[in-house]
Amino acid sequence: METNLCVAGFGGQGVMTLGKFLADATCNSTDKNITFFPSYGAEQRGGTANCFVVISDDEIGAPLGDVMDDLIVLNGPSLKKFLPTLKKGGNLFINSSIVTDEITRTDIKVVKAPVTELALEMGNAKVLNVIMLGVYVGYTEVIDPAVVWATIEHKLASKAKLLPLNKAAFEKGLEIGRSQK
Amino acid sequence: MARVFMKGTEAIAEAAVRTGCRFFAGYPITPQNEIPEYFSRRLPEVGGVFVQGESEVASVSMVYGAASGGTRSMTSSSSPGISLKSEGISYCAAARIPMVYVNVSRGGPGVGSIQPAQMDYLQATKASGNGGFRMRVFAPASVQEAVDMTYKAFDVADQYRRPVLILIDGVVGTMMEPVELPPMKSDEEVAAMKEAKKAWTLTGHKLDYAHRAWIQPGNWSTKVMQSDSEEDAALYKSWQKEAEAEEFMLDDAEVVLTGYGISARIGKSAVKILRAEGIKAGLIRAKTVYPFPYEAYDHINYKKVKGILDIEMSIPALFVEDVQVAVKDRAPISTCLCSGGNIMTREAVLTAARKIMEAK
Repeated sequence: METNLCVAGFGGQGVMTLGKFLADATCNSTDKNITFFPSYGAEQRGGTANCFVVISDDEIGAPLGDVMDDLIVLNGPSLKKFLPTLKKGGNLFINSSIVTDEITRTDIKVVKAPVTELALEMGNAKVLNVIMLGVYVGYTEVIDPAVVWATIEHKLASKAKLLPLNKAAFEKGLEIGRSQK
Repeated sequence: MARVFMKGTEAIAEAAVRTGCRFFAGYPITPQNEIPEYFSRRLPEVGGVFVQGESEVASVSMVYGAASGGTRSMTSSSSPGISLKSEGISYCAAARIPMVYVNVSRGGPGVGSIQPAQMDYLQATKASGNGGFRMRVFAPASVQEAVDMTYKAFDVADQYRRPVLILIDGVVGTMMEPVELPPMKSDEEVAAMKEAKKAWTLTGHKLDYAHRAWIQPGNWSTKVMQSDSEEDAALYKSWQKEAEAEEFMLDDAEVVLTGYGISARIGKSAVKILRAEGIKAGLIRAKTVYPFPYEAYDHINYKKVKGILDIEMSIPALFVEDVQVAVKDRAPISTCLCSGGNIMTREAVLTAARKIMEAK
């Protein structure tokens, strides 16, 4: 069993952090193989950013697959770029606050979450990635949510005052993900 | 042992520290910047020294100096930066100075592209500087292997008193994977390693040709140069038995995929898919590219094999030249290539392998 995930959005939306939280949590809590591969180059805030996470029971070949099982899209340009790579029957997670394009593919499952609006409602636009991570984990159950939260808690140890906000954001995401199953 | 999730470049730096590296000098270039960044933070914690040099030439020369004093020392760069370092590497080879350096290679000649590629193969394995010297070159395909090979590279460098190269591409360098880190050598062990090299290191002693070594990158005497070269040649030849390769499902293989680093790793995953389709595929992945594992290619069943597929992130193909020497016309060789920072895809490898099997 191998899951190929692509996370894509604007630089500054926390694309890499989302992927790393998931990969790190899987590393900490399972014996599975995991790779995290970031796009790199002349990246900048507001430019595009994407990363690939592969979780597998077997040895992983390519850290960025040709075909994605799951795709998380946080902005419009990423949808155009990566939707063709999503396999038939794959899961598409979109930030419906700003990705308003109509999804014409009928061979995939679409999970919508207005994570930008939700993050702003919570008082900090930066937690949109943590909400989306919750949506992804809640929907796919790829890994125990408790382990993901423990990883986030550990990573944010030096910014303890941000923990309640992130906890609320993650739980909000889980709720949305679970409700759309 | 607990596994940690680390980026290839950072894991290499940590492995180097754990095996006793206490000096690093480098100059920034993508995609290897996390190596100096990590060392800058980590070396002071263990009593080591980090220097960001004013250039590649300066930093490799500092490594030459530090290693001449017996300290395990390292530098790193990416393709065009490695070219700049070649003077210092050649000097270390001539002066028989053990040091380890890393090339996180990127695409094309010149400044190229900053994306991953495998286009420095010939430079790495045939001529890393002027003067015909050879070096041990490790080619890891995963973060774990990068760690293990870096840990070992310093021992190899000390054993033979020569520079050793870790050759990776931007994928292995920038990806994160779970890794088990090797044990940290104690301060006593690090001091003992330095002490063991005292017969030739420069430690502030008075000039004493008879009893203490002296270091010079070359020799004006043609007679001495001749005997030094003969000694070097014999050493390089002796390395052949230490060539390493991963051989996977070779016994009954009708198509054999081959390569090194990330390309070969992608090739291995393709072999599994081909096998599931009923195609008898196998793989040879070079883990050392100098010495080249020629012998592994003698393990191919040439009565059964229809073709060899060389997989490289380089156009033109470079690794294939060593494959040709190894295969000795016993089977046709074709290539599956990409360049300029494009990353090899499993689909491209599968298509090329199926094509070999379809040919009559």
